[in-house]
Amino acid sequence: MATGIKDKIVILGMGCSKFGERWDANAEDLMVEAFEEATKDAGIERDQIEAAWFGTAIEDQHVGKSGVPLAMTLRLPYIPVTRVENYCATGTEAFRGASYAVASGAVDIALALGVEKLKDTGYGGLPQRGRGNLNNLYWPNLSAPGSFAQLAAAYRSKHGVDRGDLKRAMAHISVKSHANGAKNPKAHLKNVITEDDVMKAPMVAEPLGLYDCCGVSDGSACAIVTTPEIARSLGKKNLIGVKALQIAVSNGQELQYDDWDGSYFATTRVAANRAYQEAGVTDPRRQISLLDVHDCFSITELVTLEDLQLSPEGGAIPDVLDGFYDSAGRVPCQIDGGLKCFGHPIGASGLRMLYEMYLQMSGRAGERQMGNPVLGLTHNLGGFPSQNVSSVTIVGQLGA
Amino acid sequence: MAQDVGILSFGAYIPQLRLQRKAVAAANAWFNPALRGMAKGERAMANWDEDTVTMSVEAARDCLAGFDAAAVASLSLASTTHPFDDRQNTSIAAGALNLRPGLRSLDVGGSLRAGTSALGAAFAEARGANGHALIVAGDHRQAKAASAQEMHYGDGAAAFLIGTGQPIATLVGAHSETVDFVPQFRARDRAHDYAWEERWIRDEGYMKIVPRAVAALLKQTGTAPASVGAFILPCTLSRVVPGVAKRLGLGEAAVRDNLAAVCGDTGTAHPLVMLVHALEEAKPGDLILVAAFDSGCDALLFRVTEAIGSLSARRGVKGSLADRREENVYQKYLAFNDLIALDRGMRAEVDKGTPLSLLYRNRDMITGLIGGHCRNCGTVQYPRGRYCVNPKCKALDSQDDEPFAERPATVMSYTADLLTYSPDPPAYYGMIEFEGGGRMMVDFTDVEDGKVEVGTPMRMMFRIKDVDAARGFVRYFWKAAPVRR
Repeated sequence: MATGIKDKIVILGMGCSKFGERWDANAEDLMVEAFEEATKDAGIERDQIEAAWFGTAIEDQHVGKSGVPLAMTLRLPYIPVTRVENYCATGTEAFRGASYAVASGAVDIALALGVEKLKDTGYGGLPQRGRGNLNNLYWPNLSAPGSFAQLAAAYRSKHGVDRGDLKRAMAHISVKSHANGAKNPKAHLKNVITEDDVMKAPMVAEPLGLYDCCGVSDGSACAIVTTPEIARSLGKKNLIGVKALQIAVSNGQELQYDDWDGSYFATTRVAANRAYQEAGVTDPRRQISLLDVHDCFSITELVTLEDLQLSPEGGAIPDVLDGFYDSAGRVPCQIDGGLKCFGHPIGASGLRMLYEMYLQMSGRAGERQMGNPVLGLTHNLGGFPSQNVSSVTIVGQLGA
Repeated sequence: MAQDVGILSFGAYIPQLRLQRKAVAAANAWFNPALRGMAKGERAMANWDEDTVTMSVEAARDCLAGFDAAAVASLSLASTTHPFDDRQNTSIAAGALNLRPGLRSLDVGGSLRAGTSALGAAFAEARGANGHALIVAGDHRQAKAASAQEMHYGDGAAAFLIGTGQPIATLVGAHSETVDFVPQFRARDRAHDYAWEERWIRDEGYMKIVPRAVAALLKQTGTAPASVGAFILPCTLSRVVPGVAKRLGLGEAAVRDNLAAVCGDTGTAHPLVMLVHALEEAKPGDLILVAAFDSGCDALLFRVTEAIGSLSARRGVKGSLADRREENVYQKYLAFNDLIALDRGMRAEVDKGTPLSLLYRNRDMITGLIGGHCRNCGTVQYPRGRYCVNPKCKALDSQDDEPFAERPATVMSYTADLLTYSPDPPAYYGMIEFEGGGRMMVDFTDVEDGKVEVGTPMRMMFRIKDVDAARGFVRYFWKAAPVRR
């Protein structure tokens, strides 16, 4: 049994661009914005970076293929640059590459950068595109809200939940995230909303209304990782270590076999169990200080809270309504505003979540600072409930 | 054994949507006030994802209920609205019906009597053939906005299985007259019919050519006109059919309703639709005379047998007519039939090119809805992967063909999506679970707003998946439709 990567690597520095409808910026500008902040934070020069992982999903909308756009934009010194894509979990996939490179001893300092420039399509929502030649022949013409909306139908049916009760809990989730996002200067959406706003918003994909859906934004985020020893040698204190980094990918069982009921993420449950084991977490509801989950839609957040074992199965609704995940609650969730307020520039989101956890663990989250959190969990998901890539990352104070 | 050749079975399909003629008149009478006089009843209207091929497949499935599809040796698809000029339309239907590869197939067209001509030819073919002939006629009729045709026409299909066995009706005789009399025509590359004056069509056409053909048939078979129990002659002109019947000495009561009030004229399919309708009410010994007028006239005389009572229950015409949804939005008809330039939005711009080599390689999976059945563990699955999906099995190349089209299913999860592009929003789709195992994420069709839930019983239907407008290719796949009865 592998021993995992717990505390073998630390975050040396991070950066995050302002997210939003960045009519002023190309993807390259967003990348520079995040990179400049990260190198300054890390206190290193670009030539100290020995390898890089570049995450972007819909490259034909902006930079094109390969690792070249990252190397060109940042003028990296002829180092290996690997371009990765793994649905909406792309950002975490880039972070995993950089982390594993350092943990393996292959390099001392590695960079992970994710970017997406979505707002050049001419319409709202994610770019409409093909799903592969064979899939195009038989998949429904499904949208992201349409595929995730089905969680609600299956969840209601499984747990005998009233349509209105579920919708109210979903509304609370969005209201909470907007309250948090309003305090974040880098968030895209900074408006405070009410449950009534959510309930009355126009329908997108039944039962998801406009405020059940995250925004669509441009943005970039990046992380520089190294070993604890090198970080100390560079004068860093209060190090933030990576405790666990797990990804689980659907193999067709949900979509084609008969044992999944459509109301949860089979992958997230597997990735969470592996991550808790890697990090030595035995009671997540008590041990996890902060959460940033992949709230592409309110219903995704709701079922994920159960998949991560923060709420018991079927118990997320009362927890949500009791404020367990609010900023004043026991385990604040989406304290930065989440995808809901940052929008979801696909390649960047996983790293943007980590950025908030990194700030919080370092006590540098400003107005949003949540005391002295010890362990932060990010959950970054891509694909559809029936076939997806789910990642769970745990970071925290080194040695905790 | 020759006397055992006959109609073994029938089937029909009329789309659920019934365009209300008063909605058509309300929209167009400002321009064509004569439409007010036609604003009665309803006409069958294909959904956006239906065409001649899909309707024909449904009629054929209805026809084959209780019969072995492997016994079908030939398939003909008669229509004047085949979606493809070059790509055999019958071969698409054959793939969807999973008929045997050693199949004779033929697209029949060129006239509204293509259906009856194909039916007549099938009898000649069935004697001594090594299998049954399946004849399907369907039309997705096209008419200009504000035209009388738009009011008169309807969409639909009917199918007959001809062969040896226990026929429900036998062919007493047939006679055809071929005359280049042109009531209406449609040149290549034209979307709509161009029709001549009704009074001429009536007096020189129906009243002269049809009696000539029918009289020849009656004489040839030695049939007394009064003994004919049912007289079928599609015709949208009023009082013509009783006039023809009177001229021939056929009883007034024998004249069959042309379904104008409830369906409209389904073109090539209509004589066959009316024949199915007549057979649904027939008794052993009844004589049914079918005539179809266009470029001359086909006349076929059938005698119903004792076996009519033992044909298994099916949808047929009566079932189709009962399974209806009123459509009052005339604009929808215009949009579905490409009669209006709708702003479909940027999301509709995604390139829908189809790699033909890929489609061919996966034709069983796509056109035939064939999945797999694992010999090792018994798991049925769609699509069929090289490795079995059962986590405890995962055997390599262990699966036999498993057809899913006739398996009942229920909804496991669903949504009504207003964001994604659909010609008829919202786009309903979701996960369905098949009885006996297997599941798939699939488009739904024919969903009445709000009438789908987890657990709703569903039935698979062969439909248009999407249309590649840039290249003119129609892509078909299966969808799940709520079972309404």
